[in-house]
Amino acid sequence: MPAATPTYDIAPAAWRFRLSPLLKRAAGPLVLLALWEIASRTGVLPERILAAPSQIFVTLGELIVSGEIVSNVLVSLQRVLTGLAVSLSLGTALALVAGLTRQGEVAVDSTMQMARTLPFLGLVPLFILWFGIGEFTKIALIAFATTFPMYLTLYSGIRGIDSKLVEAARLFGLSYPQLIVHVILPGALPSFLVGLRYSLGVSWLSLVAVEQINATAGLGYLINNARDFMRTDVIVVCLLVYSLLGLATDLLVRGIEHYALAWRPTFIKD
Amino acid sequence: MSTIELELPGLKARNDGSHADIPALPRAPVHARQLSKRFGANTILDQLNLDIRAGEFVALLGRSGSGKTTLLRALAGLDRITSGTLDVPQARAAVFQEPRLMPWKRAWRNVTLGLKIDQPRERARKALAEVGLEHRENAWPATLSGGEAQRVALARALVREPQLLLLDEPFAALDALTRIRMHQLILSLWRQHRPSVLLVTHDVDEAVLLADRVLVLEQGRIVSDIAITQPRPRSAERREFQQVRAQLLQLLGVESDAPAEVVAPAPVPVHTPFNFSNFSI
Repeated sequence: MPAATPTYDIAPAAWRFRLSPLLKRAAGPLVLLALWEIASRTGVLPERILAAPSQIFVTLGELIVSGEIVSNVLVSLQRVLTGLAVSLSLGTALALVAGLTRQGEVAVDSTMQMARTLPFLGLVPLFILWFGIGEFTKIALIAFATTFPMYLTLYSGIRGIDSKLVEAARLFGLSYPQLIVHVILPGALPSFLVGLRYSLGVSWLSLVAVEQINATAGLGYLINNARDFMRTDVIVVCLLVYSLLGLATDLLVRGIEHYALAWRPTFIKD
Repeated sequence: MSTIELELPGLKARNDGSHADIPALPRAPVHARQLSKRFGANTILDQLNLDIRAGEFVALLGRSGSGKTTLLRALAGLDRITSGTLDVPQARAAVFQEPRLMPWKRAWRNVTLGLKIDQPRERARKALAEVGLEHRENAWPATLSGGEAQRVALARALVREPQLLLLDEPFAALDALTRIRMHQLILSLWRQHRPSVLLVTHDVDEAVLLADRVLVLEQGRIVSDIAITQPRPRSAERREFQQVRAQLLQLLGVESDAPAEVVAPAPVPVHTPFNFSNFSI
């Protein structure tokens, strides 16, 4: 007699997946915070080395109420977005040139491969000499730092496109611009979004260096100022803001992926 | 000779009795003369001559490396020919062994890919209905089965109303049952739209089952041109079918189980090797 058909209870799995993705992603950091607070309260972590999370939250509250955090983040956000707009255009244009033509690859790729290994911090004094200490230098440095991830991933994405699809598109009469819009860019998008994610992260990090230059506002300015005055609580608040920005960036890219990569088997839900 | 005047009456003499039932047409949609394709020192297509009449279903058989795919690619315009003349209709479409659908476009957008037409969605829906996939118009290609994806590829080819439909082993990757269904589908669509069809295949049965004419390609030349006059639907159990099959297998260098059948007078008129110099132009 055959054994009874095993029944698989899928209910627990379904329940787990109903948890908010935001909550799931925040669980790790929250556990870390709790451990830190416990360490501070029990004296394992002395206050002079690192303030307790509760104290940091008080400082955070003060900075929020005074509007300092928001105004500085907004200044930084503006710089980041301007720099990213430049690097997005530049990275995409260069990747298309290098990815689509043999001559373009020869002309662009080796240069980009060399330039991407230049230490970003080492360029700060040169950029100051060339472009002064105004906004331009700050944005140029952000753009410089974020161009390479976008270029590299889009270039490899373009090169990774199935040539059979390009052939089919040619056969079905797509013009060259149509080929780029309907085949090459969508095909390279998954790879490019990895680069975008990386670029967004780099852009926030570059603020620390960039906003040392004659800045009177911005997240980097705030953190440098706090360092000068030994305000560890303010430093941690700034770091907290950074991590929240990282989380927001990740959510943003996930949102883009969810919408733009809906065709990928991993995103398809029937 | 570089070009041949197709209106010359001599060419019509090509229908020398064997195709007496098919009216002679003023112009063959596919017309290749002395067609050669070389890659370096390798000659893939060697002064090949080929005509495919309007609405004719031609199957191309050949061992691997015989130049089947190269010929199809030349006809599709994907590869430049090295020398010779080649006339093909402007309206042509192809279905390959892999569906080659854009994974980032829904089924209906794949069907109308690159088309500048009014109401593309309506047209796509109609074409998908023809292949029995109207319910999948919004599906992503990744969610389609192999047979479904190949049917979308077929709809994408047919929506262009091609005069020449090129099929490059389109059923090779499908399971046996799906393949039978696809054979029936392709025949019914061919009857409805009447494009000229060139089916490249390595499956002798498939060729004999579907085509009006089976060509055998060897070392870049068409060495055999066999008309299949049996009425459709054809059955592999029929004696005539088996005879043609055995004959083709022998041409392809595969020893048949029943060689006696081959030497028996074939009911099908055969011109082997096919050569245009046989006809006065």
